[in-house]
Amino acid sequence: MDLPELGPLWLSLQLAASATVVLLVLGTPLAWWLSGTRSRLKPVIEAVTALPLVLPPTVLGFYLLLLMSPRSWLGGLWVEVTDTTLTFSFTGLLIASVIYSLPFMVQPLQAAFESLGRGPLEAAAALRASPLDAFLTVAAPLSLRGFLTAAVLTFAHTIGEFGVVLMVGGNIPGETRVISIAIYEHVETLRYAEAHTLAAGLLLFAFVVLVFVYVFNRRLPVHVA
Amino acid sequence: MSPDREATTLEVDVQVAFKGFDLLVEQAIPAAGVTAVFGPSGSGKTTLLRSLLGFEAGSSGRIVLNGDVWLDSEAGVDLPPHRRPIGCTFQDGRLFPHLDVAGNLRYADRRSSEVSAVSITRDDVVDALDLEPLLDRRPNTLSGGERQRAALGRALLSRPRLLLLDEPLSALDRRRKAEIMPYLLALHPRFGIPTLYVSHAVDEVALLADRVLVLSQGRVQAFGGTIEVLEQLDLAPLTERFQAAAVLEARVSAHDDEYRLTWLDLDDQRLSVPRIEHLAVGESARLLVRSRDVSLATERPSPTSIRNVLSGVLVSLHQDESTAFAEATVDLGSHRLRARITRASAVELGLAVGSPVFALLKSVSLDTRAGR
Repeated sequence: MDLPELGPLWLSLQLAASATVVLLVLGTPLAWWLSGTRSRLKPVIEAVTALPLVLPPTVLGFYLLLLMSPRSWLGGLWVEVTDTTLTFSFTGLLIASVIYSLPFMVQPLQAAFESLGRGPLEAAAALRASPLDAFLTVAAPLSLRGFLTAAVLTFAHTIGEFGVVLMVGGNIPGETRVISIAIYEHVETLRYAEAHTLAAGLLLFAFVVLVFVYVFNRRLPVHVA
Repeated sequence: MSPDREATTLEVDVQVAFKGFDLLVEQAIPAAGVTAVFGPSGSGKTTLLRSLLGFEAGSSGRIVLNGDVWLDSEAGVDLPPHRRPIGCTFQDGRLFPHLDVAGNLRYADRRSSEVSAVSITRDDVVDALDLEPLLDRRPNTLSGGERQRAALGRALLSRPRLLLLDEPLSALDRRRKAEIMPYLLALHPRFGIPTLYVSHAVDEVALLADRVLVLSQGRVQAFGGTIEVLEQLDLAPLTERFQAAAVLEARVSAHDDEYRLTWLDLDDQRLSVPRIEHLAVGESARLLVRSRDVSLATERPSPTSIRNVLSGVLVSLHQDESTAFAEATVDLGSHRLRARITRASAVELGLAVGSPVFALLKSVSLDTRAGR
């Protein structure tokens, strides 16, 4: 049996890790804002955040494709600045993944922040901690489980995405040919052995990661407010 | 540790409106000593506290401590909570669960040592509240009383100019309360931070407070010295559920080693109580006498096991027709005492306002701190 090339697996891991990091940076403030705001905009923002959960990936992929095409304002701007196109590139894939996996980061974080209640933060404020200080030293450490859950879900969900990748990324080796695409292609071309190896590898990987997370999660202290 | 550097004032003129409840408090409170904020549940005590802390977004009006403006709606000033130099303990303690007690203290210490002029050291706090054995414990391993002690320590280490204690004893059973009380009593004399003590328990107020702000349905019902306020009969509907009581201030006149008693002078009358170890002759002690522990007689009773009998004049008698009870107020000269007796007894004794009576004190609670 020929060993399938590991390029697609490596690319998938890169994409998932990048998307997770970007979403930690973007999703944390968004989740924090949602957990505390009384703004009338809240339900609207929540709905937008949740859209990727209910939309077929092809719908999302279709609009992202339009948005990133060199003829749109965003895609055009990108071509002008970088001289490359967003569509069918790793960067374009990353942007699509960030949008597609947004709810998997924001929702667990928002739930974690909301379950904190106002108590610990008020206590911190009464001890002269500024809101940012209170977030970093009280809210974040008390929400470790939420962060872990959100990061793992985001990572796993990005690894597994297919439809959006197919729409905006295509199948360019080393650039957009992630593992789910590679498996699909192996199956299409009836190379079941290669498909098996990749699929089983992914299955094992997902299982090991999840076991690790659950073990680690059990060891994290639960903080009852 | 300079007790109340100067006579200063907390000016409060705030309004907080909720659905179906509004708080309207306009009161200048001396920022010195211990002021109790007293009232039944739902009277607005905690809302007032949260408004002072800056946690009630709907607050309007003015809050000024010693000339520093915290809130002035007209001038558009509303200091965020972390800029208000208030130390606070909450009913539920609210220690940070991810830090041990030492970490909780450090959290306050680090953020106040640079910015506050109040000089309180960590060692002082640890010593005053006996926190040493708790330092490496996590909050979830502490008893309720230990938690409150750690929270008090943390609040002190924020080196505040005003200390707010929100019912620190309410979550504790009676034994734990007795365990914490000495620490609370020692707090103000030792650190000298003006304190607002929120409570709905009249005995705590009587023992701890120099003055009392009584809240009822979001309004100030009374404000004044603890003894005077607690004597006022119109507080009866507020205090009845929590057992009306009177506070007496008496001077230690002698200790009796044989029977382990301490003799106290109350004007020209004498009282004896179980030996008070830490008070010297000449010092004053505060006594709390609950109205249900006082019986009345029209003649000095023949020998009984009750040791303390005080003579006075009946100045009021309120009969509650819907119950078996009447509430009597006896003037002892410089103090007033309240007695809860049955209406039937009042009639059989022929009690009338203005007539001399003898008050039999079945039990007396002691403030364990030196009088002020």
